[in-house]
Formats: sequence, structure tokens, C-alpha cells
Amino acid sequence: MSDLTPAESRDLRCIAGMMIPASMEFDVPGADDPTIFADITATLGRDTAHVREALGDLVALAGGAFADLVPARREAVAASFRERGGAAATLFRVILQCYYRDDRVVRSLGLEPRAPFPKGHTLEQGDWSLLDPVRKRPKMWRDPG
Amino acid sequence: MAVSNEIVDVLIIGSGASGAAVAWSLAETRMKILCLEQGDWMKQSEFPSNGRDWEARRYGDFDISPNRRGRDTDYPINDDNSPMKIANFNAVGGGTVMYTAHFPRMHPSDFRVRSLDGVADDWPIDYATLEPFFAENDRMTGVSGLAGDPAYPPKQPPMPPLPLGKTGARYAKAMNKLGWHWWPSDTAIATTEYDGRAPCINLGHCTPGCAQGAKASTDITYWPHAIRAGVELRPRCRVREITTNEHGMASGAIYYDADGIERFQPAEVVIVACNGIGTPRLLLNSASARFPNGLANSSGLVGKNLMLHPWPQVGGYADERVDGDHAPQLSLWSKEFYETDPARDFVRGYTLQFARGGGVVSEAVDSESRGVLPWGADHHRVYRQLVHRRLRIGVACEDLPEEHNRVTLDPALKDSHGIPAPKIDYAISENTRRMMEHGIARAEEILIAAGATNLFTSRTALNSPGHLLGTARMGNDPERSVVNAWGRCHDVKNLFIVDGSIWVTSGGVNPTSTIQALALYIADSMKRRLATLFD
Repeated sequence: MSDLTPAESRDLRCIAGMMIPASMEFDVPGADDPTIFADITATLGRDTAHVREALGDLVALAGGAFADLVPARREAVAASFRERGGAAATLFRVILQCYYRDDRVVRSLGLEPRAPFPKGHTLEQGDWSLLDPVRKRPKMWRDPG
Repeated sequence: MAVSNEIVDVLIIGSGASGAAVAWSLAETRMKILCLEQGDWMKQSEFPSNGRDWEARRYGDFDISPNRRGRDTDYPINDDNSPMKIANFNAVGGGTVMYTAHFPRMHPSDFRVRSLDGVADDWPIDYATLEPFFAENDRMTGVSGLAGDPAYPPKQPPMPPLPLGKTGARYAKAMNKLGWHWWPSDTAIATTEYDGRAPCINLGHCTPGCAQGAKASTDITYWPHAIRAGVELRPRCRVREITTNEHGMASGAIYYDADGIERFQPAEVVIVACNGIGTPRLLLNSASARFPNGLANSSGLVGKNLMLHPWPQVGGYADERVDGDHAPQLSLWSKEFYETDPARDFVRGYTLQFARGGGVVSEAVDSESRGVLPWGADHHRVYRQLVHRRLRIGVACEDLPEEHNRVTLDPALKDSHGIPAPKIDYAISENTRRMMEHGIARAEEILIAAGATNLFTSRTALNSPGHLLGTARMGNDPERSVVNAWGRCHDVKNLFIVDGSIWVTSGGVNPTSTIQALALYIADSMKRRLATLFD
């Protein structure tokens, strides 16, 4: 359940789609995909205030609804918005953290869409003979006497 | 008026790295021991790596900053006047719940910085004094590592080291090419079954709690043993102040219990284990007519000499996928630049820590914040050149004590119980800045030798590393220290401090191993002096 107004939600979805558009080449949805955007708005939680603040800044920069701007103007406003930091950084982070946990996106990266636990991962032991030259070094620690 | 409890022999405030160790060690005395902890017991089943939102939770209820995390068990910290922000965790186990489990010891030279290098002060104890307690702590904690490191006096970690993996092999080859020291880290992560703990299965997100239970946090290492031995641990109890009697001795503590009821806990001995921020906060909040400048503060040094360990991070990207977040982050170190070299423009030195990469979300968020991840159609191509290719080296710089770096009480900020919150004033010294730049340059050389490109540096990592040291330093001179050589306050003879606040200098290492060895040493000192403890 989103705490955003319809206008805020529309602007957020618009900037998410500009940030990460769908790609046929990589066979991935954009961050404005309905499932991903639903995840973004449903999990804003403690970030809601910052996201609303950022969206307010976006409207101020746009001089009105960001989503209603013509594409060229949207690009220019988005570029300015991106440089602001602060609350905008929170907005970008909530988009990214939902986008990069979507099953389709995770699979496209060659990874399994799952939590780390309980399966974990395998790590190769590696070649410990690499330590041989270090083993031959004399002691390095200073004896304080 | 506070409700008064039954008196205990020993009251320990704080259940983290040092509180747990001292509780376990003292348990064999059969004294009545109680520990008050403001946080809760944590459940492995609730740690982030159980769920698909594991990375997002590091920006939420498992954020390393108490200010952003904002659990009801946390207290706020005003760190506006510090380039380094404060990290901690408030729970049974304290900061050991929220740490990487990198477990280096201090080096012998770290205890003799005045004698060897002419700066700061020597410790009143030395490495040899702590050595048996380091070993005992390694056994209790369950440390993995490899004997034979030429950077340390001989030691024998009880478990084999974490695997090298692809990332480690890259670092190893690079270091051999440069002819520089490297070694598998001592790590408080089980690599075999150990004391009821399962071995590491490479969940990768060790810092915000280990769902497997392979990472050693004191809630699963010391505390089960201490509780079985008769120690009582009471969670969700926030101490407001330590009280004193007409003899100038500690008489107990006033705290708020889980229901918010104000209680008085009388005690014969009080041990403070609240970390380098929480301990001075508590002592300063315990000011009274007898101790108007704060408890145990006749030296004026309570809260001063705060050391936070500046910790630049230098990263780059390999030309292939390496381990990413599919393993514990830290498993190798280099001590090549640890000891003072007169040819350099700074004294003391640093450890280089070799890290694996991050998760898919953290890579995206970090790359976005650095402006290297484009928006629009090119986003996907560029992101795929970054994810799971990251190499990162941390430069663990020794931070020397300076009195202007300090913890005081904030005049306005309070916690949820109305207790004044700590305020931090901290600046990085010129010596440390030169050390940081030296370390950054060496880390860049290593990354280039490891085949990394697109290098980047973060000079003061946000909320990292959470090492809180030096604010109630130990020493033999009551005018220049807060506690004596075995942790007893000079001013209050039944009040002890066992956490990182008693450190005289900080070394260039993660502190948990040494904090716990010190706590065990202090407990042992107390046990050996039981008949004359207050003399």
C-alpha cells in the first residue's frame, strides 16, 4: 500500500523508467514495470518521507508534474535532479533495491533469484602454495623489548 | 522513586564483546552476577540473509548507523561534527552481531608507541601479558586462520582459514608480484563445526548477522556458557546512571526495564561494558554532588581521546566475475606497512584488508552514488561490467589519541527514555591523513597489479568501521588515565571498565579480538585479587 499521492506515484514511475528502461537486448523489464513498481511503492516504509521530499524537489525543478513534461525537458530536469543528492539519493536507492531483486532481472544476471540462506554458495579453496614466498619471510613484527 | 531489586555481587552493564567475556570468566567465582543489556536477543531466523530483501534491510532495520536504524533499543548519537559517522548495534552480543568478524590482534609494538615511536603513550600492559587471553578468546570465539604469519608472534587459530576464492587468488598473485606481505586473516567465522555452531556456507552478508550461525557473536559464543554457569542476563534494560554511596563507591545502577519501569539495581561491584561511546556517556550521565564532572572523571579524560580508525576504501573492477557477495567479505590482510618506517612522512602504520565485492543491489546503489552508472538504455550494459567484478581494499589506519576528539553529552538530544545522548566532536589528524594517502596509493598499486581498472577511492567510508576506542583510557597515573592497568577506575575502587574505551592507542586493526582479550585479562586480574579487590 503506497503512501504516495497519485501524482507523486506517476512522477516516481516516470523517473524509474528513465533511470532503468526495459531492454530487449538484455531481456529485462524497466524499473517502471508494474511488478517492480508495485514492489517499490509497497516497500517504501521508513524511506517514504525522503522519497516524498525528493519528489517535491522534482516537481519544483519541473515547474509542475514531471511526468507531463515533454521528453527533452524531462531529460534536462532529470539530469539536474540527479545531481542533487540528499533525499534524491534515497529515491534512487529504493528504485535500485527493488529493481535488482526482481526475479527476471536477477536471472538475467546469471544468478539464482533466492535468499542467501539456507543454500549459501560455493567458494573455491584456491591454491595455497601462493603463500610459499610469504612463509619464507623473516619475522616482520617489532619486538618492543 | 525507583523500584529496588535484590543486591548482586557483580553488575555488568552491556552484553557485547567485552561484557560477555568478563561475565563468562567471572562465572567460575560463583558470585551472583547480573548483566543489564538495553537491546534484545536476536534470532538467526530474522537476520536479513533469510529473505529476498537482504540487501535492502542494510539500509533499514539492519543499518549500521543507530541514527538511521532507529530501533527502539537504539539511542541517538549526534555525530554532525565528525567526518566519520558512528556505527554500533544494541542487542545481546552488541557490536559482535553487526561486524565483519575480521579478528586481528593488536601487535606487540602497538602497546609501546611512546617508547618505539615517540608518540601518544605506552600502555600499562603489553602483548605478552595479553597473549594467553588472546588464545583463550580465540578458543571461546572460534577463530579461523592459519599459523605461521611472519607479521605476528606465533599463534594457532583453532580452525582452518576461509578459502581464497577467485578474489583472494587475484590479491595473492598481485601481492607476490609486488613482493609484499599477505596472509589469511584471523576471522571469527567457523570453517568447521565448532562449539555447536555450523560452518560457514558463504551466505556472503556476514555483517548484519549470520543466519547460519557461523559468525561468532557473543550471544552464541560466550553467553550460552555464561548463562549455564549461573550468570543472569536481563535484556531490554537501559541503564540511566551508576549511583554511588557515601564512601564514594559505586552502589549500583538505575535503569529502565522492558516495561519502562525505573528500577535500582544494587551491586557490590559494577563493570561497565558499553563501548567507547556508551561508556563515557554513562559516566558523564552519572555526575552527582560527589562526582560533579561525571563519575570516575577526576582526570577530566572521560570522553576524550576518542579514536575511530579512519578507513579509506579503494576499489576497482576485474575483467571477469570474481566472488562478489558469495563469500565472507574479508579473508586476507597485509601487514607490509604496519610498522613505523622512518622513511615515511608519518609514524605508525596500517593494515590492508582485502575484500570481495558486494551484492547486486549494493553495486547498483554505490555505482549510482558515484555517478558511474548511466541512466537510460546504456544502464544495463555498464552495470553488467560492474556486478560481481569488484575488488576492494580497506586501509585500516591507526588513529592516535587527541583530547579534542571526544564524546560529550548533547545539550538537547535524548533517547526514548529521556537520557541525554552522546555528542561526537572528531577530526582526522595530519599524521593520519598522510598515512591514509600512503595507504590509498599502495592499495591502488595492488589493484592495478591484480588487473583492476576504473579505480575509485572513498576516503572516509560512511559509518565505517564502528571502532569506538580510547574514551576512558587505562594507565598508571590517575591524572592521565581513567582506569588502572587492570581496568579498575582510579576514582571508584569497585567500578571497572572493560570495553574499547580503555584503549590507550588504537593500533591499525579491527579491535574486537583485543577488546575481548583485555576483558578476559581484567576478569582474571579481579579473580586473583578477590580478597583485596577494593584496596
